[in-house]
Amino acid sequence: MYVAVKGGEAAILATHELLAETRRGDPAVPEIAPAQIREQMGLAVARVMNEGSLYDPDLAALALKQAQGDTIEAAFLLRAYRTTLPRFGASLPLDTGAMAIRRRISAAYKDLPGGQVLGPTYDYTHRLFDFALEEGGETPALTPAPAPLAETMPRVPDILGQEGLMEAEAPPEGDPAPFDLTRASVSFPAGRDVRLQAMARGDEGFMLGLGYSTQRGYGNAHPFAGEIRLGEVAVSFVPEELGFAVDLGDLTLSECQMINQFAGSKDIPPQFTRGYGLAFGHAERKVMSMALVDRALKARDLGEAADYPAQQEEFVLYHADNVEAAGFVEHLKLPHYVDFQGELELIRRIRAEREARLAKGQDHLPEAAE
Amino acid sequence: MTRRAYDDGRTAAYNYAYLDEQTKRMIRRALLKAVAVPGYQVPFGSREMPLARGWGTGGIQITAAIIGPADTLKVIDQGADDTTNAVSIRRFFERTAAARTTEATAAATIIQTRHRIPEQPLAAGQILVYQVPLPEPLRRLEPREAETRKMHAWAEYGLMHVRLYENIARFGEVTTTYDYPVAVNGRYVMAPSPIPKFDNPKMDMCPALQLFGAGREKRIYAVPPHTRVVSLDFEDHPFRIQSWTEPCGLCGATDTYLDEVVTDDRGGRMFVCSDSHHCETRRAEGHHGPMLAAAASIHLVEKEDAA
Repeated sequence: MYVAVKGGEAAILATHELLAETRRGDPAVPEIAPAQIREQMGLAVARVMNEGSLYDPDLAALALKQAQGDTIEAAFLLRAYRTTLPRFGASLPLDTGAMAIRRRISAAYKDLPGGQVLGPTYDYTHRLFDFALEEGGETPALTPAPAPLAETMPRVPDILGQEGLMEAEAPPEGDPAPFDLTRASVSFPAGRDVRLQAMARGDEGFMLGLGYSTQRGYGNAHPFAGEIRLGEVAVSFVPEELGFAVDLGDLTLSECQMINQFAGSKDIPPQFTRGYGLAFGHAERKVMSMALVDRALKARDLGEAADYPAQQEEFVLYHADNVEAAGFVEHLKLPHYVDFQGELELIRRIRAEREARLAKGQDHLPEAAE
Repeated sequence: MTRRAYDDGRTAAYNYAYLDEQTKRMIRRALLKAVAVPGYQVPFGSREMPLARGWGTGGIQITAAIIGPADTLKVIDQGADDTTNAVSIRRFFERTAAARTTEATAAATIIQTRHRIPEQPLAAGQILVYQVPLPEPLRRLEPREAETRKMHAWAEYGLMHVRLYENIARFGEVTTTYDYPVAVNGRYVMAPSPIPKFDNPKMDMCPALQLFGAGREKRIYAVPPHTRVVSLDFEDHPFRIQSWTEPCGLCGATDTYLDEVVTDDRGGRMFVCSDSHHCETRRAEGHHGPMLAAAASIHLVEKEDAA
């Protein structure tokens, strides 16, 4: 008798082994350790933590190693781990006003309390190769600044807010717990908490492109980078059995607040409106893009026309998730031969019917209603 | 620093069938609502799974929420048990739920499927779990979820009938060959998932429970046993299914859905049952297709001398 050949399972196991060998590369080259990735590829680690929605530099570094540096695959690993973690509570709101600043710049004011702090940035590097990095070696010791930075620095939109020029951020009626889009299905219109969550884990490239589109006329953006800050913020938690807040540790965060125009309406005098971006680690491009799109998505709330992709929340929220997008785009690799057979059968039959019709001298279909 | 191992093969670190019990309860509540309102898409808190979105995470979550030690699981993709993703999903449940698995349609209590309904009629007590990529049958007509939900609420399906009519006006027939829209229980228009329209009639008054999971789109819906499922059509252009002019090359069946296999680079091809278990069962019963011997030469089947 004849039996079907089955090779699926053996092939899958073999490809896992081949993948491990490919990941390792040339064994003559020393193997990279996750700690090296964590310390020396910090911006990639930050991106994986953001798109993986989990602040864990060690696991993000391991994910990057396991994924051969593919940030979307690494974010996927992190998310599939995160989803199994128990939720034991919510922290108190982070106070980025109390951030221990490493970098803080404002494009809206020449000088301001606390000053402009450049911090570590590629902004003013010339993009010329530093071939010394090929060899490696010691980094020269830094000279400490003559005076320490201010302990805390006021946030620029807060300065404008004192004058009533900046849109206030009031919590919604009753100050409900924020939505968790990893535990519940999003419905539309989506609240701002949902929008900000979706963008915080959204693909950096997608957010960048959308933010850019608002600057180029696909949206009505007139933004000023009110402030961008980078530093460490304490996470506080109130355990029920204690009844008072304890510090769990610090997060490195990037925050961007864009200042945008708003003409005002019947009820609201002209004022500035906010676009907000927040991300783990040093992720300036991400938070700036997010702040542009956050403002664009306020179009509906502010009674503005929402004609462009960046202003349409279903478009932005559904498509910013790169792990979901990658899964669905790449599922086209799965077999579709059942459906394709249906299409083959259809097109062959329609062509045969057409030829038969032409042979009879008819050049059009009979009316559909006949 | 040594970190906790994540993928070390010790599945004891995970709950039975991977999902935590709270999540399973949430999914079961969504399933109960779906069964109570046939064809209605119930939003649920779809979890991020260790398999990729679009690769069956909706079906996997449903199976994980309903499977128990007494169940026997069958997993098929394109009708076959041995396609790579079916193997991968079956391995997932063998690993996380020590699931008893089978290829025999009649022996399974749960059948997770992508793109097919088995040829052998399902029985009462069986559950068919569909993997669904796009649960919204109106999505190609209206991209906004906020709008399509209203259209369902008002049973406003005129747009769908216009699209079918336009197909007929242009091509002489409805050109949808898979994921062909159905009306469930006379109320909701539903996407049957990308099964060929050949399989649509099997959904109607089926004695088995049919559950649909769309992980990425975070929707669950259901067709309870013995429920009317009607493929949309017109009185003068009735719904019809695919047919082939030749039988299965391996088992000779003339009433099954066939896949086309290209056998050489000179235009040679043969047609074989897409339901691999059904085809094997028929061959074991002594049915022979015209191409069975030729199939061995291209390693589609092997000749077992012992038998």
